[in-house]
Amino acid sequence: MLVPWVIIFVSFAYLGLLFAIAYYADQRADAGRSVIASPYIYSLSLAVYATAWTFYGSVGRAAENGVGFLPIYIGPTLMIALWWIVMRKILRISKQNRITSLADFIASRYGKSALLGGVVTVIAVIGILPYISLQLKAVSASFTTVLQYPEIVVPASVGAAPLLGDTALWVALILAAFTILFGTRHLDAAEHHEGMVAAIAFESLVKLVAFLAVGVWVSWGLYSGFGDIFARVAANADLQPMLAPFGGVGGDYSSWIWLTILSMFAIMFLPRQFQVTVIENKDEGHLRKAIWLFPLYMLAINVFVLPIAFGGLLHFPGGADADSFVLTLPMSQKQELLALVVFIGGLSAATGMVIVETIALSTMVCNDLVMPVLLRMRALRLNERRDLTGLLLGIRRGAIVLILLLGYLYFKIAGEAYALVSIGLISFAAVAQFAPAALGGIFWKGGTRRGALAGLVSGFAVWFYTLLLPAFARSEWLPLGLLEHGPFGIELLRPLALFGVSGLDQITHAMVWSMLANAGAYVAVSLSRAPGVDEHRQATLFVDVFRRPAGSSGERLWRGTASAADLFNLLARFVGLRAAGEAFADYARLRGVERPEAQREADADLVHFVEKQLAGVIGAASAHIMLATVTKEEALTLDEVRAVLDEASQIVVYSHRLEQKSQELERATRELRAANERLTELDRMKDEFVSTVSHELRTPLTAIRSFTEILHDHPQLPAAERERFLGIVIKETERLTRLISQVLDVSRLESGRMEWHESLIDMREVIEDTAASTSQLFREREVRLERSLPARVPRVKADLDRIVQVVVNLLSNAVKFIEPGRGRVEIALEEEGGFLRVNVRDNGPGVPREHQDLIFEKFRQAGDRLTGKPQGSGLGLYISRRIVEHSGGRLWVESRPGEGACFSFTLPLVDEAALGKAALGKAA
Amino acid sequence: MATARKVLIADDEPNIVTSLEFLMRSCGYEVRVARDGEEALRLAEGFQPDVLLLDVMMPLCDGFEVCRRIRGNAAMRAVRILMLTAHGRGPQVERGLALGADVCLSKPFSNQDLIARVRGLLPPSP
Repeated sequence: MLVPWVIIFVSFAYLGLLFAIAYYADQRADAGRSVIASPYIYSLSLAVYATAWTFYGSVGRAAENGVGFLPIYIGPTLMIALWWIVMRKILRISKQNRITSLADFIASRYGKSALLGGVVTVIAVIGILPYISLQLKAVSASFTTVLQYPEIVVPASVGAAPLLGDTALWVALILAAFTILFGTRHLDAAEHHEGMVAAIAFESLVKLVAFLAVGVWVSWGLYSGFGDIFARVAANADLQPMLAPFGGVGGDYSSWIWLTILSMFAIMFLPRQFQVTVIENKDEGHLRKAIWLFPLYMLAINVFVLPIAFGGLLHFPGGADADSFVLTLPMSQKQELLALVVFIGGLSAATGMVIVETIALSTMVCNDLVMPVLLRMRALRLNERRDLTGLLLGIRRGAIVLILLLGYLYFKIAGEAYALVSIGLISFAAVAQFAPAALGGIFWKGGTRRGALAGLVSGFAVWFYTLLLPAFARSEWLPLGLLEHGPFGIELLRPLALFGVSGLDQITHAMVWSMLANAGAYVAVSLSRAPGVDEHRQATLFVDVFRRPAGSSGERLWRGTASAADLFNLLARFVGLRAAGEAFADYARLRGVERPEAQREADADLVHFVEKQLAGVIGAASAHIMLATVTKEEALTLDEVRAVLDEASQIVVYSHRLEQKSQELERATRELRAANERLTELDRMKDEFVSTVSHELRTPLTAIRSFTEILHDHPQLPAAERERFLGIVIKETERLTRLISQVLDVSRLESGRMEWHESLIDMREVIEDTAASTSQLFREREVRLERSLPARVPRVKADLDRIVQVVVNLLSNAVKFIEPGRGRVEIALEEEGGFLRVNVRDNGPGVPREHQDLIFEKFRQAGDRLTGKPQGSGLGLYISRRIVEHSGGRLWVESRPGEGACFSFTLPLVDEAALGKAALGKAA
Repeated sequence: MATARKVLIADDEPNIVTSLEFLMRSCGYEVRVARDGEEALRLAEGFQPDVLLLDVMMPLCDGFEVCRRIRGNAAMRAVRILMLTAHGRGPQVERGLALGADVCLSKPFSNQDLIARVRGLLPPSP
């Protein structure tokens, strides 16, 4: 099975399958039904961290250092524990600011600096080149190995086998073509590559399955389980030391620490990791699952590393290349299918890495390195080109090819100087240089652009000096003397033992010095000078991302002039007319404005919107530059600020006054409403009064009419009856008359139109007179009237007729209810305080407590059933009280049922002497 | 000889009662008098008058209530009710008619009018 054409065919078939998956996923994404919007796909895509290095190199390193391969996987696992804080913040920031790459992220944070973006890109490209070359080497080597089947021959060096060298070139070119197809078919405004993510998730599965397959086979096929393998290793004197984790071959404590830290940074800042974790993320919530799924994957793919390594060491004593144990072990046992599967697994791991990494790098190169330079070059007159999409795609494709070729170049120059793992660690150390600027940037507002630049440049310089130079020196591209004696013989500056610090392994040494230089320069330079306005705004946006709601980024702080049409055209140049139209339509819908492209002067919101859209395509720095060509930003002057504040404070005062007015208005309304209610009530009472009066008048009228008609129609009526009926008519007439006068009295009293004729009256005379006038009534009822009057009383000032009316009313009331024969009424007069008091006492049935107030109301009478309905209107007491009160007195009743009643009223006495003097005074 | 027609007068005004009594007696009807609403109801049930002359304003139970109760009592379906109201039209009349009075006559009324109405309410002679 392991014949060349089969291998090649299967390889191409696998690549074709990846491509098909990617194509399908892209189609689904375009239709809006994304395949990758699942936390499981997301977590699998993160596993692109495990490359051919994991596949081959872990076993290789385990074979050398035992458990010493682990830190590279412990690091990410630890880092992921912190992800909920750190990565979520980065995700939120990136979504809000439409970050398209790692360089974009850093550049954006430090004031959208194009320079910084460029520096990050250069470092990333140079730093990742070794890593890419590692993949190329792995694929070529594994290919060559399986080709040798059934012989187990591992190529000792690159140059020695031209076949190998050519293979690597072919692999590089094929991968370049593949990547171009994958990632540069069109420009996506947010740099999403759904197809790529789907394919990566798939290949993560493939490599896991392949590795597990060979692991299981080695453990239980070749040997008899873990116990067996470890027992044999322990029994083997050469191999036994490898079981110790620290010390010995495993590497010492410090190297473990630094390797862990290194890989913690790597899982964050490798361009491909940033791409899949941040840029391609579809939902912040996916992080939750990823936080435990990814470590699980790490565990699964590492479980069999040691068994395979030990198994290989046991099987091939004297060291065949440990890196290829996963291949050579099955091959040695004629497990052709398994070997093929493993090969595909390795190919999968390598292609996954290359695709994502080169796409990420090419995006950075295009957006953050090339475009800013081109845009500034007026000679190219890019501003006048209508459509730049073709240019952008072309730049990216060129970048992909260039990166892969450079990777190949590195492979040729320095590829065989180190084992795979060491090469990888060099790249890790390079991307670790981004850590101070990036992590500092999201937590520390004080980090400035200059600081970041200083840190990056110093860190990179140290990295280059301590890691890359030695690699070149070892490959004899540079004199070896450099390593031994330092440049120009300065021993202190020896690349592998700077300042005399020796004894650390190369990676640790490089890490220590580069981090020191990087972080030190970053902090020192940031503190030395305050950040600019742009920087500070971006810093706040980044560091405070969780505190501000989306969309409140400093739009309000910007003011400038731009024409909406210009903005539209600008956007269209980069994303095409159709996409620009759609974007503006979205904006119109979101903000509720009509035809934003027709605004003569675009408002700040629109400008920021367009800038964000552009940033999604060409990066924040370039977008900022492009916007500047179209708009003129104006700074708010102090006067204008003051004017705005004045206006604001005036508005406050005005609104305060308005509030007061409205409160007054409320009060007035309430009073009006109360008055209205009172009037309505009075109206109703008046209606009731009228209705009652009407009824009361009709009653005597009815009797009068009826009897008069009877008398008229019955001339033969017996005399006795005639007398009786006539008597009734007369009585009713009197009643009617009385009623009418009372009603008129009430009406006049209520409307205030009563005419009062006041004079000085002698109450004795009044009582004597009324007693005389009511004597008839008393005689009829057989009630005795007694008078109890003092000899002399002072006079009172009142209306004589009215007072007479009052006394008559009281006397007739007193008589009304008394049983004939036994009745006695006493009328008494006395002085009390400054008043004259009149009491009318009777021995009738009395007035119950509950009626004592009632009887003074209009139309109210205390009825007595035994004596029938009382003849009266119910108005008498009401009128009497009004009269008495008008004269300054009071009228009330005291009574207990069964003990009669006593009606009393008072009238104020008059000081006649004073009156006289006043009268004299007037006369004179 | 035909059974004498029975008329019940319900009014609390003594003089009006006197006049009504005189009028009805002169027409040859048998007359009873109730002085308040409850007495009116009792007598209506017991006396079973053909016509009830019902004043609106009465103590204890006013004319409307009496009317309602009589109309609600199947045993007194045959009683014709003539209500004496304070006004010729308006809410009192409407209410009376709604409660089941057959005629509403306003005070003061003409004797001739009253007699004619009562005659009209009586069932035809057998």
